[in-house]
Amino acid sequence: MSSDAMAIQTAEAAGRPWVETLHEWVTTVDHKRLGILYVLYALFFLVVAGIEATVIRIQLMRPHNDFVSPQVFNRMFTMHGTTMIFFVVMPVLFGFANYLVPLMIGARDMAFPRLNAFSFWLTAFGGILLYFSFVGGFGLYGAGNAPDTGWWAYAPLTSRAFSPGHSTDYWTIALLVSGFGSIGTSINIIATILCMRCPGMKLSRMPLLAWLYLTMAGLVILSISPLTAAQMMLSVDRYLGAHFFDTQAGGSAALWMHFFWIFGHPEVYVLVIPAFAFVSEIIPVFSRKPIFGYPVMVGATLCIGFVSMSVWAHHMYTIGMSSYSNSFFVFTTMVIAVPTGIKIFNWLGTMWGGKIRFETPMLFCIGFLFQFLIAGLTGIMLGAAPFNWQLSGSYFVIAHFHYVIVGGILFALFAAFYYWFPKVTGRMLNDSLGKLHFWLFLIGFHMTFDVMHIPGILGMPRRIYTYEPGRGWDTLNLIITIGTFIQGIAVLVFVANLIFSYFKGPRAGNDPWDAWTLEWSVSSPPPEYNFASIPTVASRRPLWDRKHPEDPDSRYD
Amino acid sequence: MAKNYAGKWGAVIGRVIGVLVIVAGILLAAGLCTAAPRVDNPVPSIFEPRSTPADSIVHLSHFVLAITALIFLVVATLLTYAVVKFRNKAGDPQREPAQVYGSTQIELAWTVIPILIVFVLFLATARVIHAIQDAPKPVAALEVTAIGHQFWWEFRYPALGVITANELHIPVSDPDHPTPTFLKLLSADTDHSFWVPQLAGKTDLIPNRVNEMWMDPHQTGIFLGQCAQYCGTQHAKMLLRVTVESPEAFQVWVNSQKQPAIQDEKETAGKRVFETTACVNCHEVGGTNATGRFGPDLTHLMSRHTIAAGAAENTKENLRLWIQTPDAIKPGSLMPAMQLTDADLDALVRYLETLQ
Amino acid sequence: MSAITNPIARTTAWSLPNRGKVGMACLIFAESAIFTIFVVAYLFYVGKSLTGPTPREVLGTPIFFTICLLSSSLTIHLASRFLERGKRGAFLGLWFLTIVLGGLFMYGTAQEWHRLIYEHGLTISTNLFGTTYYSLVGLHAFHVTAGLLMLSIVLLLGLAGRVGREQSVRVDVLSMYWHFVDAVWVVVFTVVYVLGR
Repeated sequence: MSSDAMAIQTAEAAGRPWVETLHEWVTTVDHKRLGILYVLYALFFLVVAGIEATVIRIQLMRPHNDFVSPQVFNRMFTMHGTTMIFFVVMPVLFGFANYLVPLMIGARDMAFPRLNAFSFWLTAFGGILLYFSFVGGFGLYGAGNAPDTGWWAYAPLTSRAFSPGHSTDYWTIALLVSGFGSIGTSINIIATILCMRCPGMKLSRMPLLAWLYLTMAGLVILSISPLTAAQMMLSVDRYLGAHFFDTQAGGSAALWMHFFWIFGHPEVYVLVIPAFAFVSEIIPVFSRKPIFGYPVMVGATLCIGFVSMSVWAHHMYTIGMSSYSNSFFVFTTMVIAVPTGIKIFNWLGTMWGGKIRFETPMLFCIGFLFQFLIAGLTGIMLGAAPFNWQLSGSYFVIAHFHYVIVGGILFALFAAFYYWFPKVTGRMLNDSLGKLHFWLFLIGFHMTFDVMHIPGILGMPRRIYTYEPGRGWDTLNLIITIGTFIQGIAVLVFVANLIFSYFKGPRAGNDPWDAWTLEWSVSSPPPEYNFASIPTVASRRPLWDRKHPEDPDSRYD
Repeated sequence: MAKNYAGKWGAVIGRVIGVLVIVAGILLAAGLCTAAPRVDNPVPSIFEPRSTPADSIVHLSHFVLAITALIFLVVATLLTYAVVKFRNKAGDPQREPAQVYGSTQIELAWTVIPILIVFVLFLATARVIHAIQDAPKPVAALEVTAIGHQFWWEFRYPALGVITANELHIPVSDPDHPTPTFLKLLSADTDHSFWVPQLAGKTDLIPNRVNEMWMDPHQTGIFLGQCAQYCGTQHAKMLLRVTVESPEAFQVWVNSQKQPAIQDEKETAGKRVFETTACVNCHEVGGTNATGRFGPDLTHLMSRHTIAAGAAENTKENLRLWIQTPDAIKPGSLMPAMQLTDADLDALVRYLETLQ
Repeated sequence: MSAITNPIARTTAWSLPNRGKVGMACLIFAESAIFTIFVVAYLFYVGKSLTGPTPREVLGTPIFFTICLLSSSLTIHLASRFLERGKRGAFLGLWFLTIVLGGLFMYGTAQEWHRLIYEHGLTISTNLFGTTYYSLVGLHAFHVTAGLLMLSIVLLLGLAGRVGREQSVRVDVLSMYWHFVDAVWVVVFTVVYVLGR
């Protein structure tokens, strides 16, 4: 059945002019196509931001290097951070949500297909606007180019006085626009999950991915809005002479910090919770057991969502808050480690007693588990305020959050790619290339980010375009840079695999992994309408019930 | 099937490599801890504390590291064990394993234990926070006001009548009769952060806000640090140099810094260049009519080892280069290229060299 | 296929919340978060202006226009109820009244701003009070304007005979937005005209 659907689509596609296909894609409101558009968009910017990271690392390879000027370097780290967060990780996660959520809950599309398309194009436009700054950011005074204030855009560095020209405005408006896109998609995700589940799919029978994306979307709505508000205030400061962050008029630089981090901390949970979703779907299938402790996983996720709104000032331990404020945020930061740790234990419990298969998706999940554990532990170290007074603003922090984002989230994303690529394209990704990708990336990742903790401990601050020789940082930085290149090669192997397998990969069939959720009950790729008839479910693993009528989950639900 | 084996062992080996790299890193850092104390400390490691706040932080960090290391060992061992023990063996009958949904007791156990750990960590941390932040200021404390600028440090000793820049001199503190230095932190423009790892954790300098920090170095020597909050183009070269001296040597330094500028009759030409060009708009030289506040005080310029906040050594050549082409040393700094003739420039540098 | 279906599930009705209402509730949450940040900034900067007119010196108290706006919540609620029962005439009348009351509120805001700018010289760049006042009240006024625009579109569609009982859920969703705008005004009024004076 799947090969027929593919054959029909290919035959149709072959006969049509390419402009028609392009037009179809540009005007699509189908959640699957929008999902693919998000992911392709994110992959493009992954390469761009990766190049920016490579420029940074080449400049820092040795002390007093002059590969780029300080002005260019400062733009590189600002754009690298901004791009990776807003135009790589968030879009790719929204892309997966778009593709998977309706299929996994037995719906035909998202709740608001046109809002879906609108949100995607808002985000896409935001990214293009941000990068247009390289070309068009000159402004009246010839000052300005791409934004160079760091991705947090701290006041008053972003005021007109210290950032003349328009580079800051490109940052502000690009993120404002894509922020609206993110809010739109999140509204869509929540409405879809709450209102469009197929019959029988009570909330307690939803795949964990749906719960996790529900939480993530809720966090987006609550956290992107403060950033939007702060950006409006910054724009009003810069253009209408307002004084929100104008310290000369009695304004407060710390107020920007509070507003930014009230967004910034939940944002990192926005980024990591879908990673949790992917491994929560993949580990059970490759361990051949259901997820251990489903209700606890749901509870822990909701707990993380709530507590994450209360920890933000652990990014601000050094700004001179009182000892009581600092202690409060130490407390909430430590507390959030508990539900997070519980999740790791539950994944461990899922694998325990299973029959683990080590195809590429599972390799990346195992990498995720070890690396996210380490990242969480360095997070606990950073949560202890006095330790933070030494380590914040240093390369230790950069190592920590890259450990989470690359070692955790990106590994989970790679797992998700290898797992769901067959469903989206109807073809399997090449497993040998997949393993090569995994090993190369693993080596490069550890070479870079394990070592990166050390310069921080030895006093190397972040966001510096060069450093003094003889501080013990020289060789370490060289090793870090070499690891970057290895990771780059691994990503190229991955991209090559994507392209090669799309055309030549073996046909996947409906259910290549012997999995249990609804998306595996339809063809690969699914038909436009998803399900011939909307299914009714009686348990969390409808396909397990079908494959094991002698021992269905519905007996225990 | 063979592929599965390779995958499984490979995953384990990969984990082990990762752990080894981290352990190596920790050992390297620890090696630095146990090295003999040096007077000159080119490596500003947080694990080489020389002052009470830095010491307290190291002690807390040992505690935190011990707990996190223990957690890592336990969980990583369990993960490794699971990955090895429960792998799908070749030739296994195609039966699915027992489909276990969960276990309330286990969930309770691994909820309660982390909560207890969190509690202990929090209490230990809160104690150190209060010890450092709420430490009372003894009467004998030295008060210094640090003002952050783009991209240099202004230091004022209000009780002693001293104004200097970039290189901080403070007395060593005897634990029996403590003479700590209490810094009041202000900013003239954007956010900065004062970080000398061996003396204390960092505290930010934020405009329109007064922050405080203290340090009581137990050992004389020169301690290095730099600005740790991105403040603009030349954030990277806003370096710090703290000279901790014996009380006698510190008094000698203070006495010389309090004096107005030395009036050297030989270099009147250079002095005239200084006073008739834009130099006086930004720089102060005590006892002359140069009273600019935008740039560093130059009254005792030659008492410093470096110029441009540590960006270059304080030599005749560098001084000359700095005045003529600041971008060659610190591109993007706010020092303008003075566009002087060679003769004027030479005279000016000779004049500056008299500012001992 | 049939193994998936559970005959027991079929006999109980499967009903989920209305997606329009859930979507609007989410939008309201997001907007509330934005307004909260502006309110926090307002409260934080109370009394901190270095120069210029203070609230006590220049602010009036727009009681009448507040009553207009808040009663428009009542009229829109009644309009929705009438539409549910298919009473198009009553619906249109009350809907129109809602727009008029909202428009009166906007007129009141414009009047107040005119007075503040031209009689007292208070603009967004005058001092912290000016900055926070115009931003917060202005953001709210922007949302009222957007609401009035949407209400007017519905009015026009209603006059063209296209709004009937079948559209009552969608009209309800829009009235949720209007109630939100009114609720925000209650908060803004309290913060600006009561607490911040």
